[in-house]
Amino acid sequence: MSILLSVQGVTKRFGGLQALTRVTFDLPEGQILGLIGPNGAGKTTLFNVINGVYTPEEGRIIFRGEDITGRKPYEVAHRGLARTHQIVRPLNQLTVRENVMVGACFGRENHLLHRAAEIADEILELVGLKERAEQLAGSLNVAQKKRLEMARALAAHPYLLLLDEVLAGLNPSEVEGMLNTIRAIRDRGITIIMIEHLMHAIMNVSERIIVLDYGEQIAEGTPQEISNNPRVIEAYLGDPNLAKRLLEEVS
Amino acid sequence: MKKWLHPGLWLTLAILLVISIWPILTRDAALRERTFTILLAIVMASSLNIILGYTGYVSFGHVVFYGLGGYMGVYAIDKWGWPLPAGVLLGGLTAGLLAFLLGRAILRLRGAYFALVTIGINEAMRTFVSNFQPFGASTGIELHFSVYKPYGGAAEALWLTYYLVVALSLINILLSYWVRQSKLGLGLMAIREDEDAAEVMGVVAPQYKTLAYVLSAILPGMLGVLFFFKNGTVEPKDAFRLHFSIEAIVMVMLGGQGTVLGPLVGAWGYQRLRGLLLTTNWKIAGLAIKDFQLVIAGILLLLIVLFVPAGLVGWLQQKFSKLRRVLI
Repeated sequence: MSILLSVQGVTKRFGGLQALTRVTFDLPEGQILGLIGPNGAGKTTLFNVINGVYTPEEGRIIFRGEDITGRKPYEVAHRGLARTHQIVRPLNQLTVRENVMVGACFGRENHLLHRAAEIADEILELVGLKERAEQLAGSLNVAQKKRLEMARALAAHPYLLLLDEVLAGLNPSEVEGMLNTIRAIRDRGITIIMIEHLMHAIMNVSERIIVLDYGEQIAEGTPQEISNNPRVIEAYLGDPNLAKRLLEEVS
Repeated sequence: MKKWLHPGLWLTLAILLVISIWPILTRDAALRERTFTILLAIVMASSLNIILGYTGYVSFGHVVFYGLGGYMGVYAIDKWGWPLPAGVLLGGLTAGLLAFLLGRAILRLRGAYFALVTIGINEAMRTFVSNFQPFGASTGIELHFSVYKPYGGAAEALWLTYYLVVALSLINILLSYWVRQSKLGLGLMAIREDEDAAEVMGVVAPQYKTLAYVLSAILPGMLGVLFFFKNGTVEPKDAFRLHFSIEAIVMVMLGGQGTVLGPLVGAWGYQRLRGLLLTTNWKIAGLAIKDFQLVIAGILLLLIVLFVPAGLVGWLQQKFSKLRRVLI
């Protein structure tokens, strides 16, 4: 398996705030990588650095063998990296289909309008928004807007997809549907990094997990390794012994 | 492509044709003058719509392209003896070039900052031209009567400028429609809705915005040459009139920003209203009010922004979704 993305010692500061400290990992093609950590751990910041919204103070980002550090978001998008936003950003006054066409037209494959419309319809079918194609994006509910975010990103036919909390705010059956969609995307050969707070969901779907806490990478491994790691438990619950006691009380 | 057959385009062109054909059929010079001002407004509004309506950048300085283009064209006609069509092209080219240079510098600003800078640029350009000797400084350029000779005298030249302004309006509507239905337009509208999200999806926003700005500037530049050629003189205070920019914004908002038909309807409606107000004597406490239409324009703008931000055409599209097939 070849390495699709390599994040090497990435450091990002906002004034005095250390948002990311020497984050380093390699991502092989075809994997789903989970990114977890408490609120404010720097997960979304890491996405923003990877896709060019922020330039890191130190470190490099290598995507498909090319150094993309400091590239603009649209340059990164053209190279085949797409993302969704934690707080959905639909293009409200455009229809759902037009939203997805933007991804197809301006992303990696740079399609003309009529081909983009075909791709949009295909993708809308995949994410279950086909019936809404003609509606204005602003009129969708939150769950649908999350699907729209994903559809737009997918329409670019990216090599790497960054999913930022696509499950948040969904009800259990919607979560199940979304997880199936994510697996379907992976089966199409798209590599995924996902940020998620729903533990059971991310443990279920990822092959490997990285844990961030205060911008530092405190653990990395398979879901099993992560769930037994005392530093991770501490980051989440504050005190590993407390966690142990809680577990004992339950049993 | 099938989209070229959108009935909305034919409707828009038909309305334009109805407006512009009466003076030609009746050979009525007074009607021609009235219609000229309506077509003038249509070109200003419809070209402004490309940057304001499609791209979402509010420009208060649209008139700078009209003014500078007009000056360049009139200068070339007067000093170099260029024929009118060449002068018109030069005016468009100059305005386009100015927009290109400006765009690179100021389109990185967003929202209110961009709007403020466009005012500043118009004022700066007026001050510059007021002191620029080749352009006659504050007295401007006066065309000698003999320039109308090659066109069969002044009366015939007026008709010629009328035909040319009809042609400009036509080109403008087609341009607006093409932008609306093209990939460029999709990118621009994505920028309007959320510029950061658009960039994340791969829209090269700086390039697209500059292109939109240049496209919106060329036609007013050409229009300025026609107007000041017809007028016979060009002065800084007429060429860079901030009012005109603001009125153009009102027209776009009134008819419906981001639509092809909207600016045309808005320009027509606003100019009719303005004509009505100008021919009525308004007095408050015994004092005549100058430029009363501007008071109305201000109130109109306020009401539109508050209650019908989509404008007339946009409102119709929202209310009656079936109308989307015939309105664009």
